[in-house]
Amino acid sequence: MKLHSGRDDPVNSLATSTHGASALQRRPLAGYAFWSRLRSEARRWVRAAPTYLVLVVFLLLAVTPFLIVALTALKSSSEIAQGVFRLPETWRWGNFVQAWTQARFAYYFRSSLVVVVAVVSASTLLSLLSGYAFGRMRFPLSGPLFLLFLLGIMAPQEAFIIPLYHNLKRLGLVDTYWALILPQVGMSVCFGTFWMRGAFADLPRDLADAAKVDGCNSWNALWRVMLPVVRPAVLTLVVLLFVWTWNDFLLALVLVSSEELRTLPLGLAFFQGRYATNVPLVSAGATMVALPTIVIYFLFQRQFIRGITGGALAGT
Amino acid sequence: MSRLARAPHAHRKSYEPGYRPWVAYLYILPALLIYAGFVLWPILDTVRYSFYEWDGFSQPVFAGLANYLGLLGDQVLHIALRNNFLFIAFYTAFPILLALFLTAMLTRREIRGLSFFRAGLFIPYVMSMVVVGVVWRWIYNPAFGPLNQLLKALGLAAWARPWLGDFTLALPAVGVVGTWVQYGFCLVLFVAGVQRIDEALYDAAKIDGADEFQQFRHVTLPGLRSEISVALVTTLISALRIFDLVFVTTRGGPGNQTMVASLWLYRNAFQINRVGYAAAIAVVLTVIIMLVSYAVLSIRLRATSES
Repeated sequence: MKLHSGRDDPVNSLATSTHGASALQRRPLAGYAFWSRLRSEARRWVRAAPTYLVLVVFLLLAVTPFLIVALTALKSSSEIAQGVFRLPETWRWGNFVQAWTQARFAYYFRSSLVVVVAVVSASTLLSLLSGYAFGRMRFPLSGPLFLLFLLGIMAPQEAFIIPLYHNLKRLGLVDTYWALILPQVGMSVCFGTFWMRGAFADLPRDLADAAKVDGCNSWNALWRVMLPVVRPAVLTLVVLLFVWTWNDFLLALVLVSSEELRTLPLGLAFFQGRYATNVPLVSAGATMVALPTIVIYFLFQRQFIRGITGGALAGT
Repeated sequence: MSRLARAPHAHRKSYEPGYRPWVAYLYILPALLIYAGFVLWPILDTVRYSFYEWDGFSQPVFAGLANYLGLLGDQVLHIALRNNFLFIAFYTAFPILLALFLTAMLTRREIRGLSFFRAGLFIPYVMSMVVVGVVWRWIYNPAFGPLNQLLKALGLAAWARPWLGDFTLALPAVGVVGTWVQYGFCLVLFVAGVQRIDEALYDAAKIDGADEFQQFRHVTLPGLRSEISVALVTTLISALRIFDLVFVTTRGGPGNQTMVASLWLYRNAFQINRVGYAAAIAVVLTVIIMLVSYAVLSIRLRATSES
């Protein structure tokens, strides 16, 4: 497929018009070769132009709303009426400070961080163990047990949120970090088990044999021999779990009520409900909630796309 | 073929001669316990709750099928379910058609920076729906929102609306956001799928004199069958259980114009304390979701076995 997947620097590969010229600098060509090369390049670009036009339009559609909000976050309340793309007279970074302190986003951020770190590390560890058993061991009832985990991937949160609230209340866990962490781990291990089982099952048989020859028991074989090999799958899982947990809304909405425990999406939702008129401040909050996702997404884009497409496809 | 379709036992498992199968259970136990305690058990409880009348505080009273019978006469629920099905157009139909169109444009030709574009188009999908909701509330803002400002700048001031507060336009306005979020996901899925199609099929089609459209129709589309059904299932589920976006943008309003099943469930369970009744809604919603997923997947399986 002609996708140029080997190019690691998409921005450079976008620098279309200079492509022919830079090739020329590297390897000077005779005049005729230069012109014919230029002409064929030009023809190719003219033919590809409509495609790029459509792509750019859709790219702008996807990105512009976020850019508008990031820009709005730097304006004063009076400036927002004066044109969406007009730059602010003074860049009000203070809006972010205000959102962080006055609007309590510092609390929300801490809360999100605690929940995400706990959920992702616990879920990854538990999924690694159970995925290992399903992927590499033979035992009675492995089929039905695995189907049980698959049910957990399919089940919507709405199917269990009501009794979950009352059960946790009876245990005295409502409105604690535990209420945000434990159910999220319970959901995450379903996908995690499924995902890691696939990774372990795909390992070459020689690897397990080598571990056996070395006299490893199953525990050592997992940590010393197989873990290094399935590390890419683990990384993908971590990235996916991070984003799912970071973005989760319904659990937090139902299971915590104190302001200090609100996660970022929940805090943002309440904040915008109360201060809908202070558009720059709400925008600053939204930008702060979005930023970690964007950073993680661009750092781990490949894992992301592999996880989303692989996970979705395998789930059928 | 998907991983799951292979039976677990189809793999040759490696295990030591003196292998003790209970070791496997020890590996599974921690995950299973936490899943069973916080997801599975509450799912069963939901079914149990749905047969009781309960306000969440006092003693529950067994009510038989009363909650389910109540669903039949619940006008708000009917509006909510109708809206869920309207959202399917925005969450499922439009994104898949749009993504197929873009897939036809993008694949089968040399495009520099495809991964860059793909990354950008996928951003809305990875973003928290609360952020998306806040962003679009501002875009739709009646007074100074970018959309109305744009219309005024284009001399179309008469078209400016309080989008999310408008009785007829609120649902499409929220729906468009759904389309905006979902098509990137479908596109990523389809582009990855095209890369898996055997190049020889295209060569054969070309030899038969198929033009680009025919190649798309007869090679790409059938080749994307499993990706399309995955996109169908996941977007249908998103449409049927839409909550965050509606909660942040309209809270079901104006009136009940954008009320959806999950939001009505939430109101009943946690605001007006009809817990048993809310559980009945949850059961019905879950059954609908499971049936729809099952229907799509079984159609796909039949199509695969025929070919």
